[in-house]
Amino acid sequence: MDLLLAATETNDLLFNDYALVVTSVAILVTMILALIRAMLGPTVFDRVLALNMFGTKTVLLICVIGFLTKRTDFLDLALLYSLMNFIGMVALLRFSEYGSFREEGAEIGSSAKS
Amino acid sequence: MMDFIVIPILALLAATAVTVARIRNLWAAVMFTGIYSFLSASWMLILDAPDVAFTEAAVGAGITTILMLATLSLTPRRHRKSSRLSSEDFEERPSKSPVFPLLIVTITGCALVYGTFDMPHFGDPNAPIQVYPEPSFVEKSQPDMHGLPNVVTAVLASYRGYDTLGETAVIFTAGIAVLLILRKNTDDQGSSESQSVTGENA
Repeated sequence: MDLLLAATETNDLLFNDYALVVTSVAILVTMILALIRAMLGPTVFDRVLALNMFGTKTVLLICVIGFLTKRTDFLDLALLYSLMNFIGMVALLRFSEYGSFREEGAEIGSSAKS
Repeated sequence: MMDFIVIPILALLAATAVTVARIRNLWAAVMFTGIYSFLSASWMLILDAPDVAFTEAAVGAGITTILMLATLSLTPRRHRKSSRLSSEDFEERPSKSPVFPLLIVTITGCALVYGTFDMPHFGDPNAPIQVYPEPSFVEKSQPDMHGLPNVVTAVLASYRGYDTLGETAVIFTAGIAVLLILRKNTDDQGSSESQSVTGENA
């Protein structure tokens, strides 16, 4: 009985692992495609979209790696990554819209204070 | 086991690095440095160094991107040689023959790789860092760690907690000093803006 239970458990584990491996491979393929788009991208918006997608896929990949290596405390890191991705994206977009940070220097200071 | 993730990530790292070196559009180059730090942080995570990955993600992908963009806002957007009308982002720069620098780089790289042969293997239990100063050092600090999973964290945040507090105070003071100096500069430039800022402060 124990043996059977262990066998089903390992089967489940194997299936889980296969699912995670397939997921990570799919995420890696998406990352490669996004990187190619970022390299080729003729306009700013292609590149911004590609970078945003790349950051999102990095977050997903970290989650998958965390479950694959049974270290779910990696999820904190994934949270930080998504925050950083958002901040970098906002900075890039503001820069590409205004061409400089001069106007919003005071804004950044006030938002940090409040 | 993680090879199927590590190898594509390293390949993507190399591709991103080559792109950063070759691209002439500085805005896109900043963007690719962000991608590079995301990738290297994930690689550090796979190497089981989440604290380094944390720092890399926060500093490399977050602060450095913003600082580089702030620098970029004060400089021309493109390399001066490629300012003529063309939509190409990748342009061949006229340069000297690359053979001699390539030779030097190759020789240096070979010497460095040769130097790594003497290093202990990754995770080797007999490596000097595992047997020196003494394994009992790690064992004895186990009860003092109060549930922290990492000895280095325990030493930095528990044994040397007052040191770390002092360092934080020094850095905080330096930051306030820099902010005060910068504020004085804006006072000289515009009066209405600075009034609103100081009013908000008070």
